[in-house]
Amino acid sequence: MVDLLNHDLTYTADEMMTVTASRKLSDGQVCFVGIGLPSEAANLARLSHAPKVVLIYESGTIGTKPEILPLSIGDGELAERADLVVSVPEVFAYWLQAGRIDVGFLSAAQIDRFGNLNSTVVGGYEDPKVRLPGAGGAPEIMSSAGSVIVMLRHTERAFVPSVDFVTSVGFGRHGEGRTGHVGAGPTVIITDLGVLEPDPNTHELTLVATHPGVEVGEVLSHTGWDLLVADQVVTTQPPTAEELMILRDLIARTKEAHSR
Amino acid sequence: MAEFASLHDAIHELVPDGATVAMEGFTHLIPFAAGHEMIRQEKKDLTLVRMTPDVIYDQMIGVGSARKLVFSWGGNPGVGSLHRFRDAVEHGYPAPLELEEHSHAGMAARYAAGASGLPFAVLRAYVGSDLVKHTEVASIHCPFTGEELAAVPALNSDVTVIHAQQADREGNIGMWGITGVQREAVLGAKTSIVTVEEIVDELSPRGPNVVVLPAWTISAVACVPLGSHPSYSMGYSTRDNAFYTEWDLISRDRDVFAGWIQKYVIETEHHAGYLAAISAQPSGKGALGG
Repeated sequence: MVDLLNHDLTYTADEMMTVTASRKLSDGQVCFVGIGLPSEAANLARLSHAPKVVLIYESGTIGTKPEILPLSIGDGELAERADLVVSVPEVFAYWLQAGRIDVGFLSAAQIDRFGNLNSTVVGGYEDPKVRLPGAGGAPEIMSSAGSVIVMLRHTERAFVPSVDFVTSVGFGRHGEGRTGHVGAGPTVIITDLGVLEPDPNTHELTLVATHPGVEVGEVLSHTGWDLLVADQVVTTQPPTAEELMILRDLIARTKEAHSR
Repeated sequence: MAEFASLHDAIHELVPDGATVAMEGFTHLIPFAAGHEMIRQEKKDLTLVRMTPDVIYDQMIGVGSARKLVFSWGGNPGVGSLHRFRDAVEHGYPAPLELEEHSHAGMAARYAAGASGLPFAVLRAYVGSDLVKHTEVASIHCPFTGEELAAVPALNSDVTVIHAQQADREGNIGMWGITGVQREAVLGAKTSIVTVEEIVDELSPRGPNVVVLPAWTISAVACVPLGSHPSYSMGYSTRDNAFYTEWDLISRDRDVFAGWIQKYVIETEHHAGYLAAISAQPSGKGALGG
């Protein structure tokens, strides 16, 4: 049984980020999940307030209910605990492209003021400073999911005025919008410092919330452009004892399993 | 029609230098043993095709087997970078590597078109992405609605190599679990090699998403138990996550990498030797089912 009273309520910035992201998922939504922080957040939602959330991994597992977090997108754990497993062409064509996904989760190496994401190269394409893994499923998740939650740590290196390469389109290089895309794009960006949302008119990312103890100035100094700030910046509710405990249990189970 | 062969002979006969080779497996059932055998036979100038070039292609790129890589995501899943791949792209070491990259949706559609005998695939993709400037994608209009869509060329490899759980004595292939794009990659290929965990009297799948490839769609079958290590074969082995984590350190340094390839691939001569060497190392755990 959960011992809420004696639980350590001090939490890390990453825990705050994961908890904030998990709260954005509603029960019953169909969610396309990536590995890492998104997978943590989506499973936290499933194990707390959204037991009927449907998790789809791009390896083709649909209705996935992992006991432990996968290290890779194709761990056996995912296939063993899915309602069904389909081929990769099918997951992208019949499930993502056909519009069956409510929410996608993405991360990236870089994001710019209009929510465009780069996971391809830092520097020039032909002569990159850092060659990143590349697109994977991201461009079509960004294009076809109903909306997208972006999660990444807030650093000046990641939050750049203009991304070196547009792998996945947010609102375009100049904030032109979402013409040609089915989904609404990046409706919320969750970092370890706060929450950003695109301005409804200009599409420029705007700081709408900071996590407890984070000053607006700290967010600005970690952003590589002159970040817009909402008139009213709210403070995120800190993680509850229950959220922290479910998350920590999940991570402890995962560590134990992966060290076997 | 599928012929049973040793892995050595299958690779020797069906993978000439300069071939376009697709080795598929989406984290699960990755044909590592076949990749190692290509390294032992010093295959050269290959065009390597794979949605997720992970550690197996890092090894093949690191020894200089590849001239070109066609892919959609090149990382060490759950761990980070592929350092040999990065060294080739960022510094041309040990040789420059030509890239042709897509999104996963694009690659999957290309394979499906290849399997369908069509020249190209249509999908809703790539809109506004800088990938368009760097890859083979065109825009077409739906003849019925006028909607603008993306077209990507079919993918037909010279040889596709996959690992599966079972073959029966006729050479019919049975696989299950996460089967990625393997069926399309085999059906779209001119020739194919399948390594399997075991040969059985009757295919007996023990998991979801059963895929059967009839013997007459396969060129060669080789029985290579644990031929997917450090990937896994559902029902036979578990993913050696510790190895993937360790690969990050092995592959960071050119000399450490070369030493590893020499000791665990070249000097082991065949897959059973590789498994013995991996299990014998201090941190070796998973190769034989642990």
